[in-house]
Amino acid sequence: MNDALDVALRLLAVFVVFLTFPLIVGQTEHKVMAHMQGRLGPMYAGGFHGWAQLVADGVKFAQKEDVVPAGADRRVFQLAPAVALLPYLLVLLAIPIGPSEGAVGQVLDAGVFFVLAVMGVGVLGSLMAGWASANKFSLLGGLRTAAQLLAYELPMLLAAASVAMAAGTVSLPGILHAFHWWWVPWQIVGAIVFFVAGLAELQRPPFDMPVADSEIIFGAYTEYTGLRFALFLLAEYAGIVVLCGLTTVLFLGGWHGPWGADGLGWVWTLLKAAILAFLVIWLRVTYPRLREDQLQKLSWTLLVPLSLAQIALTGIVKVVIS
Amino acid sequence: MNLAAAAPLADAAHAPHGFLSPTGVEIAFLLVGLATLGAALVTVTTRQLVHAALWLVVALGGLAVEYLLLTAEFIAWVQVLIYVGSVVVLLLFGLMLTRAPIGRSPDADSGNRWAALAVAIASAVALVWVVVDAFRTTWIDLDGPAAGSTRVTGASLFRHWVLPFEALSVLLLAALVGAIVLSRKAKADTAPGPSADLDVPGEKEGAR
Repeated sequence: MNDALDVALRLLAVFVVFLTFPLIVGQTEHKVMAHMQGRLGPMYAGGFHGWAQLVADGVKFAQKEDVVPAGADRRVFQLAPAVALLPYLLVLLAIPIGPSEGAVGQVLDAGVFFVLAVMGVGVLGSLMAGWASANKFSLLGGLRTAAQLLAYELPMLLAAASVAMAAGTVSLPGILHAFHWWWVPWQIVGAIVFFVAGLAELQRPPFDMPVADSEIIFGAYTEYTGLRFALFLLAEYAGIVVLCGLTTVLFLGGWHGPWGADGLGWVWTLLKAAILAFLVIWLRVTYPRLREDQLQKLSWTLLVPLSLAQIALTGIVKVVIS
Repeated sequence: MNLAAAAPLADAAHAPHGFLSPTGVEIAFLLVGLATLGAALVTVTTRQLVHAALWLVVALGGLAVEYLLLTAEFIAWVQVLIYVGSVVVLLLFGLMLTRAPIGRSPDADSGNRWAALAVAIASAVALVWVVVDAFRTTWIDLDGPAAGSTRVTGASLFRHWVLPFEALSVLLLAALVGAIVLSRKAKADTAPGPSADLDVPGEKEGAR
């Protein structure tokens, strides 16, 4: 009974995080973007600086009619948002926010592989949506999504492998237990590669060629309305939370920091992840969209060689210090 | 391939210890095996190309669950990462680039389906035979320390199986180089068009 209660509580906690953190990131994006562009952003919903804007958006989405185009493949079309969203919920289970047993949903032996594998599955949702919509723009979006995933999965995996080599384990809490402060400069190239490739996998600007709203009208999501569209949006913001959490855990030392051992480790994890999320928003406001060929070139000619060099460096240092 | 891979797993579940007192894990293993086999059958029989690719996801995911039930966590996640995350995405990419109508694809049928069926059954029988014969009395103890954890898998891979591992990686490298040579040759021969791009996904898929 106690075990069942423990599991239920953990699942509930992860689910609450899954529902609230993406909304917090979304609201932050509204306000930060607005202030960077000399506007105020949402100011009315909820009274204080428009804090309830996304809640209002959710109510609006829920009220809209759920339209499935006549020529679409109904079942695949309706299934796609769930396939896009659920993997991020599963990944959140494995990310530790503190050093204790209770600060992670589930300790996994092969945590790094689990999170990367499951994140890759999420992209299938976009592909299904792009194909099943019976829409040229959607199909183009789906194609670009697939091309982008194939290009950026490899550097992301190699960068993560470099950290796993350094720590001698592929378990996420295990990596953090082995962490020392000098890992940050040692793995900094891998960290940048991981973060950039992760942004590309989430199709965030400047890597938003697959959804390019001004060219192919939001790509794979063109035909979606109402709640299903909201699920895709939620998947994007849950993806930001997951990516920032993972970069924090793998490269920035997670709960390590001053007073981190005294029960305040989770504050460090959240703080680092929040700074990264701010960076994600900042990049969106700052950089123009990359063209498809530039996007492919960046991955194959820059990120892959850099991540290979990082692995070589990790191996050399590891051999020297052991 | 899936058909052949799913069948021995389903058989191996109840071969050694009999049916009379199956544990929960064994029942789950058998049910997942049946679901995987069903998904694999639908993959090869459905008339809708993209649906076939999506059912392949179910079949490969089912296999990953079977690995998990056998405590081989590392193998399971690598299965998801490589097959579901990359190979199927490559497959869908190729389908979308060429021809993937919504609904049935009447021209996607092949004349040698009976020959294919014969080959599939022959390979399935061979695999089932080999697996059942090899693991007849082997029993994985699920209660002890995980027999398929990353540490155990890595140790056995790099201590006992280093030579096959390296030979396989050389083979994959050769396939990769071959794919690049073929695609460049096609580009030089004909005008650069969609056909030249298509060679690459097909070859890479073989290489994996």
